[in-house]
Amino acid sequence: MLSQIAFWGAVELGLVFAFVAIGVFLAFRVLDFPDLTVDGSFPLGAAVAAVLITVGINPWLAAAAAMVAGAAAGTVTAFLNVRFRILNLLASILTMIALFSVNLRVMGKPNVALINADTMLSPFFGLGLREVYVRPLFVGVLVVIAVIAVWRFLESDAGLAMRATGANPRMSRAQGIDTSWQVYLGLALSNALVALGGALFAQTNGFADVTSGVGTIVVGLAAVIIGETLFGARGILLALIGCVVGSILYRIAIQLALSTDALGLKASDLNLVTAVLVAVALVLPRLRRGASS
Amino acid sequence: MIDLSNIHVTFGKGTPLQKEALKGVNLTIEEGSFVTVIGSNGAGKSTLLGVLAGDVLANEGKVMIGSTDVTRKSTSARAGLVARVFQDPLAGSCGSLSIEENLALATRRGERRGLRSALGPRRREIFRERIAELNLGLENRMKDRMDLLSGGQRQAVSLVMATMAGSDVLLLDEHTAALDPGMAEFIMKLTQRVVSERKLTTLMVTHSMRQALDFGHRTIMLHGGEIILDVSGDSRKDLQVEDLIAMFRKMRGETLDDDALLIG
Ligand SMILES: Nc1ncnc2c1ncn2[C@@H]1O[C@H](COP(=O)(O)OP(=O)(O)O)[C@@H](O)[C@H]1O
Ligand SMILES: [Mg+2]
Repeated sequence: MLSQIAFWGAVELGLVFAFVAIGVFLAFRVLDFPDLTVDGSFPLGAAVAAVLITVGINPWLAAAAAMVAGAAAGTVTAFLNVRFRILNLLASILTMIALFSVNLRVMGKPNVALINADTMLSPFFGLGLREVYVRPLFVGVLVVIAVIAVWRFLESDAGLAMRATGANPRMSRAQGIDTSWQVYLGLALSNALVALGGALFAQTNGFADVTSGVGTIVVGLAAVIIGETLFGARGILLALIGCVVGSILYRIAIQLALSTDALGLKASDLNLVTAVLVAVALVLPRLRRGASS
Repeated sequence: MIDLSNIHVTFGKGTPLQKEALKGVNLTIEEGSFVTVIGSNGAGKSTLLGVLAGDVLANEGKVMIGSTDVTRKSTSARAGLVARVFQDPLAGSCGSLSIEENLALATRRGERRGLRSALGPRRREIFRERIAELNLGLENRMKDRMDLLSGGQRQAVSLVMATMAGSDVLLLDEHTAALDPGMAEFIMKLTQRVVSERKLTTLMVTHSMRQALDFGHRTIMLHGGEIILDVSGDSRKDLQVEDLIAMFRKMRGETLDDDALLIG
């Protein structure tokens, strides 16, 4: 079994990556745009926030700046796809690769530590609650706000236009929706959320690292798929809650796999475990569909 | 009002597959007039509707809808003026969205889409009423996904969607072709009602000579990218389906002769 600390640590990490999951949901499911930019925009958010915090900028402002940077990254991918008609997947890979260099430039070194710096969480540590609880609670509140905001947006006229763009672009244009603009908007929003996840990751873990982005997309996708497997297609709100629950369950599953001595897994096996979990998550719905039909 | 002057459309210009789909089409349709369009496969009917909708930009000529020059406007930029129902029942709505969400999309056609909830109680009520008018029982399935509906039901909802927001022009491209005869008849009656109630300037492409003569005020026949027949009023009343079929035969005969000449 998991220790208390390991469990709440997994929940906290799951909540941080819930932002990634919601971002991935927006790109992959709402816009039908397989966007790998997130592998670059997650560490970008971490880098921007960490660097700004170390020079004394307010951590909330730093997180906002991280979101702007993420939105810019998404806009670049959208630009490559919309303006130059580069295949969506390839366009996002180009941005992702470019971001590895950009992130190094932003930080000036591969790793920035935030050990004694004031973060968004600092004011909440002195209130009597133990740190292991404060951190998931704090991130959890932000996740709830994000879920509600994205939910209300997707159920508005503007959000409906974005969903239509992903579902039937030809019909959307006939309804007066500028589908190119929707791709810009959707990818900017998606990557802003992912970058916010990166900024929170840096602040809860006390560092930003250029390599921390590797595999972000797979983790986000795993969360989305787990959520869909659990909740099915029953509306936007449940899909978003599914992203959050999926992200937390994913982290707990990873934590369990790593801490089960019988399995003999090490932290360095994480990528293998992730790949296996995502493969299982991808196969499960298909098996279920096969069984029901 | 619609005014097309000297419309030329060439697909794949400069390639071996170059195809002149419209060759200097001139067409004026007055406000509120219902025009049926016939012609053999590849005659340029869909291209003509595409030029009006914005999917196809003319290489030459001018397209006016009402008092707006839309010649170079994109599909989405002119959507406020043009409502459409496609041949493919899947094409005109979003299968993964619910009936009411599709209607919500349609109410804002050609208008700014803000952060207001797409499905407030007022709108829901209006949508329900409009769908109930169809008498298909769909008003009790407003939250059902569109892809649970049959082709005919989807076309019926598409017609309602086409009239949710005001527009000058309604374009129908063989919108009953994919349906069984009973449903096709239902959709045609509905079309008739919608067009006369809302006084829409309408172009309807059809493969049925019967439909072409029975509905609307005027019939045009396209052939090889040109309008070769344009009848209305009394001369149209006198026209029989047999006459149209004879004209079709003649046209096909001519093309055969052309081909024979080429081969010979
Ligand atoms: N996007 C396109 N690219 C190339 N050729 C096209 C395209 N659309 C139509 N055509 C050609 O233009 C001609 C007219 O097509 P269309 O307007 O679809 O005819 P129809 O009267 O059957 O609707 C046909 O020869 C067709 O092959
Ligand atoms: Mg056609």
